[in-house]
Amino acid sequence: MKLKTFPGGLHPPDNKRWSEHKPIETCPLPEELVVPMAQHIGAPAEVCVQKGDLVKKGQVIGQAKGFVSVPVHAPSSGEVVAVEPRLHPSGKALPAVVIRPDGEDRWVEGLEPGDPEALSADQLREKIRAAGIVGMGGATFPAHVKLSPPEGKKIDTLILNGVECEPFLTADHRLMLEQPDDVLAGVDILRKVLGVSRVYIGIEANKPDAIDLMSQACTGRGIEVVPLEVKYPQGAEKQLILAITGREVPSGGLPMDVGVVVQNVGTAAAVADAVLHGRPLVERICTVSGPLVAEPKNLRIRIGTPLAHLVQFCGGVKGEPAKIIMGGPMMGSAQLSLEVPATRGTSGLLLFGAGDVPLRSEGPCIRCGRCVQACPARIMPTTIAAYARLDFISEAEEYGAMDCIECGCCTYICPATLPLVQAIRYAKGAILAKRRKV
Amino acid sequence: MLEAIMSLGGIGLSAAVALGFAAKKFAVEIDPRELAVLEVLPGANCGACGYPGCGGYAKAVVAGQAGPADCPPGGAGAAEKIANILGIAPVSADPQVAVVLCQGDNAKAQAKYRYLGLHDCNAAQKIADGPKACPGGCLGLGTCARVCPFGAIEMTAEGLAVISREKCTGCRKCVAACPRSVIRMTPLDATVHVLCNSTDKGALVRKYCQVGCIACQICKKTAPEAYVIENFLARVTYEHHQLAAPAVEKCPTKCIRDFVDGYPEGSSFAPPTCGVAPGAAA
Repeated sequence: MKLKTFPGGLHPPDNKRWSEHKPIETCPLPEELVVPMAQHIGAPAEVCVQKGDLVKKGQVIGQAKGFVSVPVHAPSSGEVVAVEPRLHPSGKALPAVVIRPDGEDRWVEGLEPGDPEALSADQLREKIRAAGIVGMGGATFPAHVKLSPPEGKKIDTLILNGVECEPFLTADHRLMLEQPDDVLAGVDILRKVLGVSRVYIGIEANKPDAIDLMSQACTGRGIEVVPLEVKYPQGAEKQLILAITGREVPSGGLPMDVGVVVQNVGTAAAVADAVLHGRPLVERICTVSGPLVAEPKNLRIRIGTPLAHLVQFCGGVKGEPAKIIMGGPMMGSAQLSLEVPATRGTSGLLLFGAGDVPLRSEGPCIRCGRCVQACPARIMPTTIAAYARLDFISEAEEYGAMDCIECGCCTYICPATLPLVQAIRYAKGAILAKRRKV
Repeated sequence: MLEAIMSLGGIGLSAAVALGFAAKKFAVEIDPRELAVLEVLPGANCGACGYPGCGGYAKAVVAGQAGPADCPPGGAGAAEKIANILGIAPVSADPQVAVVLCQGDNAKAQAKYRYLGLHDCNAAQKIADGPKACPGGCLGLGTCARVCPFGAIEMTAEGLAVISREKCTGCRKCVAACPRSVIRMTPLDATVHVLCNSTDKGALVRKYCQVGCIACQICKKTAPEAYVIENFLARVTYEHHQLAAPAVEKCPTKCIRDFVDGYPEGSSFAPPTCGVAPGAAA
């Protein structure tokens, strides 16, 4: 049978064997938890504790500022030792709350188990917002916003994203294998909030064990598991919708324009935790891997754990790191230091040595068109990048720069090693700046 | 044959008459003063006046919407000529020049990471606030040099933008292009500047830059009227810039420079003959 997929894309070596058979381990608490207030797309939370305060696990330490914002919670009980700017995964020093755990890890009082049957859709949505749940795939878009479609947008399909197409990462894979019940409980809640009956779980065909297990667990629940072709970026929202439903999200549109909401499997598990146990989002699953990590692992980590602590728990490094990547190798962001804390979007931590990151200087474009073939958004990366370099911003916009999903396929495939996605990202920034001005 | 010549000729003739009539009837009257003003403008169409090109500015001046001194590249010379054409009293143009407030090139300032992306400061600034450890220092990728219509900016081998005081016309295009606001407009006759743009505390500045301002107050003690220190950064108060020179020698990090002594290291610009705009004096 031919597996479903989307046009374009490519096949980077997946390197998942290093961690895909490692069960999730719980990472011990570090000496200091650094909890940044900016851990989601949208307005950062506002600190509401002071230095010297004693906090309990799950207590709100940052309040949401606006609709596209969620509160931030203490990942463990302990003392607030500093409220100051600390180095953030974005590379800037941003406001953070530093907590020294007392080791007792006591939950804050007042966390009530909830019954999703008895709660209304609005109450469920409010619980999800209050628990600080964001897209766990790495984009960290607040979940409640996606679950609140505006009037007139009819949602008829929910897609669970268990694709995990980024090389090295195996966190979602292990989650589906070890906690299928949590994922499905989350699906039931999401389904109720959106009022949809059609639910799909998309899983790439390189996880046959997860496909089997989820299919079994889904029988009789009205959820269809869809095996998908192994191809990057199969897990990108718009590509996933096209592969599963055949619907194409229009240029400049959102999934809700074609009646679909996509949520990551990790988000579903977090939703279940929030509603069934009343627990806010204070931990997540993260893959620590890469050629330089002594023992690659899948870890359950506290938000705010410094990356150095994670590496230490995985047996340390086998040499001098030349590149540290938070997230996957295709779309993750390079880090300046291992002192940076893990955030809600930290799906992976990858360490590479100097020999693993060959650097070639860029050559001239030879017009081979491979970037155009690989582009899943079906735009012309080479043309847009050329315009971006010349600062011809309106031409770049005309050629669909805003449709770029920044998957990096063009840059990966380019035989001349041109920084195509970087140029398009620059053009996108310039287009947005121009729109703000006008 | 003859018919063809006649008919084509006829069409040509009638079209000529019609066009000639239209040209007379719909002729746009141009104020002769506008043409005269256009003549004395530099013609760089740089847009520094805020009008679309030199033509737009000439029109605005004649209409009284713009002042005769509003063309920075033209300087005092053009302002005087425009005032003469319009028959109004000449207004003194305060000539300004752009200065890069940084000397921290790649040899003197530390980098946070190795930047391999697009050769453009705005693109680099988007990645973790730029590769320079200093939050205000010159990124050295030459975006300002590329937008300068007068070729007044050069990039040194170690990646520092240097602006020629003789070629700069004060059009401010570089100021708008710089993502780190390290380029400032200063009066042309002020030659002493604090070439630093870091508002970090001194101890931190020392860690990442050999020539950064550490806010040690020595300049302020040497010439109290000529300097202010705000946010751990000294600045020349340009009303009293004549008094600023003594501090140049005293500055422990050598971040105060008198351009009369020449341009920062690595620049090929010759030291200016004096601190006066070309064509402004004499």
